[in-house]
Order: sequence, then C-alpha cells, then structure tokens
Amino acid sequence: MKRIHRGIVLALIAVVGISGCRRTPETIVPADTTPPPAPTETCDAACRQRLADSAAAAEAERARLAAEADARNRASAVARATATLTSMIFFDYDAAEIRGDAKAALDAKLPILRANSGIQIRISGHADERGSDQYNDALGQRRAAAAKRYLTDNGIDAARIAIVSYGEQRPMTTGADESAWSRNRRAEFEITAGTVTVPQ
Amino acid sequence: MMRLSVRRSCALALVAALAVLLRGTSASAQDSSLTVRIGLTYAPGTKPGVLVLPVSGANGDSIRAILQRDLDYSDRANVIAGESLVMDTASDAGRGRFNYPLYARLGAAALVQATMTATGLHVAVHDVRTQKVERVKDFPLSAVGLSPEWRQQVHAIADAIEFWVTGVRGIAATRILYQSAGRIWQVDSDGANPAVVTAPGGLAQLYPAWHPKATHFAYVVMTEEGTRVRIAEMNGNGLASPRTLPARNGSVNTSPIFSPDGQTILYAHGMENGTDLYAAPVSGTEAPRRVTVSRSMDAVSPSYSPDGRRIVFVTNRPGGLGLYIADADGTNAEALTPFNFGDKSQRTDPSWSPDGRLVAFQAEMGGAAQIYSVSPRDRGSPKQYTSEGRNEDPSWSPDSRHLVFTSNRSGSWQLWVLDTETGRVRQLTRAASGAKAGAWSPRFMIH
Repeated sequence: MKRIHRGIVLALIAVVGISGCRRTPETIVPADTTPPPAPTETCDAACRQRLADSAAAAEAERARLAAEADARNRASAVARATATLTSMIFFDYDAAEIRGDAKAALDAKLPILRANSGIQIRISGHADERGSDQYNDALGQRRAAAAKRYLTDNGIDAARIAIVSYGEQRPMTTGADESAWSRNRRAEFEITAGTVTVPQ
Repeated sequence: MMRLSVRRSCALALVAALAVLLRGTSASAQDSSLTVRIGLTYAPGTKPGVLVLPVSGANGDSIRAILQRDLDYSDRANVIAGESLVMDTASDAGRGRFNYPLYARLGAAALVQATMTATGLHVAVHDVRTQKVERVKDFPLSAVGLSPEWRQQVHAIADAIEFWVTGVRGIAATRILYQSAGRIWQVDSDGANPAVVTAPGGLAQLYPAWHPKATHFAYVVMTEEGTRVRIAEMNGNGLASPRTLPARNGSVNTSPIFSPDGQTILYAHGMENGTDLYAAPVSGTEAPRRVTVSRSMDAVSPSYSPDGRRIVFVTNRPGGLGLYIADADGTNAEALTPFNFGDKSQRTDPSWSPDGRLVAFQAEMGGAAQIYSVSPRDRGSPKQYTSEGRNEDPSWSPDSRHLVFTSNRSGSWQLWVLDTETGRVRQLTRAASGAKAGAWSPRFMIH
C-alpha cells in the first residue's frame, strides 16, 4: 500500500472504532481488522504509536460500556430484589396461617434479608371488611405476627422486623365480593431502614 | 325516677266533675305541687296521641318542632299534627279554652301547652280524657337560644314530658359519639349539630366509648407503631390533649370500654400471640391486669353488664368466632352463642342493654352482616332486626329500646337508629366521609 493510503485507512479505523461505538452502544467495537503492515513495509514509531493509541481507546471504550451494562444489570437486580422483599402475601378467610403461595414469597425474601443485614422492615397485617372492625384489628395483628414468625424461624433477627395491624382500615380494593376480599386479606412489607444493595 | 304522690281533695274532685260535664270548659293551671300522674297506662305496643300546641315567644317554633320530633323519635308517642287544627287549638288555648272532645276525636290522649317565660319554658300537660291539667312545671332554659346546649335543654324537657305521658323517660337529651374522616365526632340524638371532638392525629381514630358519667370518652388511634387506647375529656370544645395508655411498639390495643362504675377501662391487647382483654385503672398508675387467657387466639370487643359484674366479649377460641360471657375478672367464661362446627355466622360487636335484658350483636349472614339480639339469661333464638345491606356495631340507647348502628344501605357508611320494638329505622348521620362505630351516651340531663 502506498503510505498515504495506509494512513487514511488507519485514521478511518480509529474514527469508526471510536465514534461508531458512541452512536450504537450495544454494538460491539469492531475488531481491528487492519492487517498488520506487510513484512516488506516498516511501521515507524509514529505509526506504532497511533496503532497503540487506537487500540487503547477502543479497549477503554469497551471497558466503559461493559461497566455501564454491569451497573444497569445490577440496578435491575437490586430493583427486583427490592420488589421481592416488599411483595405482599395473602391469607385465607379468618385465618393467619401461612399458605403455600405465601410460603414461597416469604422464602424468596430470606436471602435478600440475609445479604443485606442493614435492612429493617415493617410487616403490616390487614383484613377484609367482613366481621367486626375490632376483631379485624386482632386478625391483622395475627397475620403480621405469623409472617414475622416465619422469617425469624428461618434465622432472621427479630429485632429487624416490626409488625403493625391496620385491620380493615386500609383496603387495597373496594368491593363486596371475594375477588376484592381476597386481595385485602394480606400482609404488606415495607423497608423502614437501609436499602437493598446486594441483590440475590 | 321521680316519685309520684297522689293528693286527693273533695273540692278538686267536684271541680273536675263539673269540668267534664261542660264542653269547651276553661281550665286553669293547677298548682305545680299537685303531682297526680296523668291517668295513662302505657301498654307496650300502644302509643298515646300527643298534641303539642304552638309555642309563642322567642324560638317558639323551634321549641315546638324539637318537642314534637323528640316525642316522635321516642317511638312511644303518636304526635298529632295538622295545621288547621293547630290554628283552632291555638286561638282557643289563648283564651283558656280547650276543646277536649275534639282532641280526643283526633286521637290525642295528652295536650302539651308550653309558654316562654323570662327564665325558660312553662309547660302544662293536659290529660284529654280527664280534661284537666295534670302536670305543670317551669323548666330553665339558660343557654343562648338555638345553641347546641339550648337544644339539649329542650330535649331534656321533651324527655320529662314523655315520662309524664308514657311513664318512660325519653332519650332525646343524649348524644352519639362516632368516627368519621379519621377523627371522633359527636352528634345530638336527633342528628343535629355534628361536631368533631378530637384533634387530628394518627392514621385513623376509631371506636369511641363513653365514660358512664359522660365526662370522658375513650377511643383508639391507629399509627405505624401500632394501635393505642386514649382517654379524652369531654369538655365542650373537646380538642384537649388526650391521655394515651402506654403500650409496646407494634402492639394492637383496641375496643376500649369503661366499667359502669367508671373506675376501669377494659380493652383488647396483643403483640405476637393473639389478643386478650386487659383491665387498667382509669386514674392511677397500676399496670393493666390480664382478664382473659386466649392462648394465641383472640378476645376483643367487651361489653359490661349494667351492674358491672359480668362481661360479654368476642372470641374465636373454639375455632369459630362468637360471643362468650364471663365474670368481670374473666372467670367462669362460657359461650353465649352456640359454637357449631362449620358455623360461619361470625358473631361480633356485642352490646349489653342498660336494663340487662338483651345483648345486641352483629352476625355475618349470607355475605352481609345483620343486627340481632339474644337474652343472656335464657339464651333462646336470637331476634333479627335488620335485613337490608350490611349492618354492624350496635350500641344501646339509655332506654334499652333503641340501637344506633352502622349501615351501608344508603350507599355509604352512616349511622342509623333502630326501634327494636317496631323495627322502625331512621338515618342519623349524613357525613360526607361516612360515619361508623356509634356509641350512645347516657342521659346528660334529667328533670
């Protein structure tokens, strides 16, 4: 290749390598496909420097993009963990027993609580509108206590978990049918101290 | 209750006989020390007709309207109305002439003649049958006309008139406490003057209960640290700081009531192992005393018998939700309502009547809740009072005949009043944010 032609190609590659990546972040930085100088030609010091700079820049860009993707994935994982930790569980009518679906939801919270020891939560117990308001205060308390007991039985420190009953005073759904009632018979989980930093 | 004495004299009997013989006879007010009771025997199910004459003087129209409404709401008297009649009777009465035979034909057994005086209201009640004034009294009306306090004074006069006519004192001079828009309110027994009685605070304020002397009330405040029982002074402007009973964070403390002697406050308390009833002194610093032992189940919503010796409360101990009766210290507990396997009736919110005869309660029935009562003595089949909508949380009036309860039959939660003898209901509140948990006061004023 003529010297001028070779320089233009190298410059073009550098430009494409850097600017092309900025336009489309997901695009993999194209590998440097420039054939090495033919053995019959020499790449002088300036030429070698330009090659090295372009390769370093491409590497730095690749690392930066990988770190960004990491952070995004991590943030998603933390958000998912937070959502898992604060997801509600539901109960049968006039019951505070932890049923199967609630057990699975509580099991999913355990590793998150273990990995994030600074987190404290408050569990609130709720009831549907049937029965008296006052009995539902007691029923809500039993539901919150049952959820707490499941977590402490599985090794979570009781000092990290507060409980409260809201009885039937804070329904999630209004309505006088089982679809509304079943959604109101619940325990909610609220983070009161700390944040999830280690997703699980 | 006032004692009645009879004083007879031949001269009086003669005058009475003459009066009976003459139509349109004038009658003069009797000496107020003559306390012959009106010769009406109140038979349950009958309602004597009462005619209230127009009242002249300042606020006379309001006084007449209040007296008539109170007698009507008592469900013990039939208020005779009709404006043309009123005009005739008013002009006659002004000349001291009373057309007793006409009143009798209209169904009136008693005629109420009230006149404003410098200090209050002069009331004469005539027995239409004997055609005589049988009771006379000067009642003070000291409050500013038409103020809430003035209305209570007029209500107390209506209650006295009802006592003279029917033998049973009325319940007009009372108020009902309730929860609305997150705070505690009071309303007169006829629905007038709804007014908030607590300062804002907490996520919600619930379940008001009267001290037997009506000087204080208890209620529950719901917070993120748990529910707490409070005692507040009923002081007219009502927003003074309440006293909060100490309790652990995260505990539930609910359904407070005062004992009939006003010394004890009984409420449900729980932490992580169900709830039990606890008794604390109203004044003094002794720690609360546990009354029930529910072993991880619940005991809530107590109500005392009127002599303070027994309590009825809600429990789910045998695996169902129903009513238990025990001594006030929790001993000798036994089921009041039967606990049958699979029984889904869910009986809650008991209220023991002031005369001790009945316990009213709420029961789930077919997806809705209705109001019932049962006799704590013979424990027969409960009597059902309501059937429309959801009806909860009954509370007895001082006459042991009326109940205030919560219903959604109008489309929103409001308080309603029920006459347990006739089934008649009337809507008490029309609160924009709804009203629940009504508690009927004792009588404030007795003449």
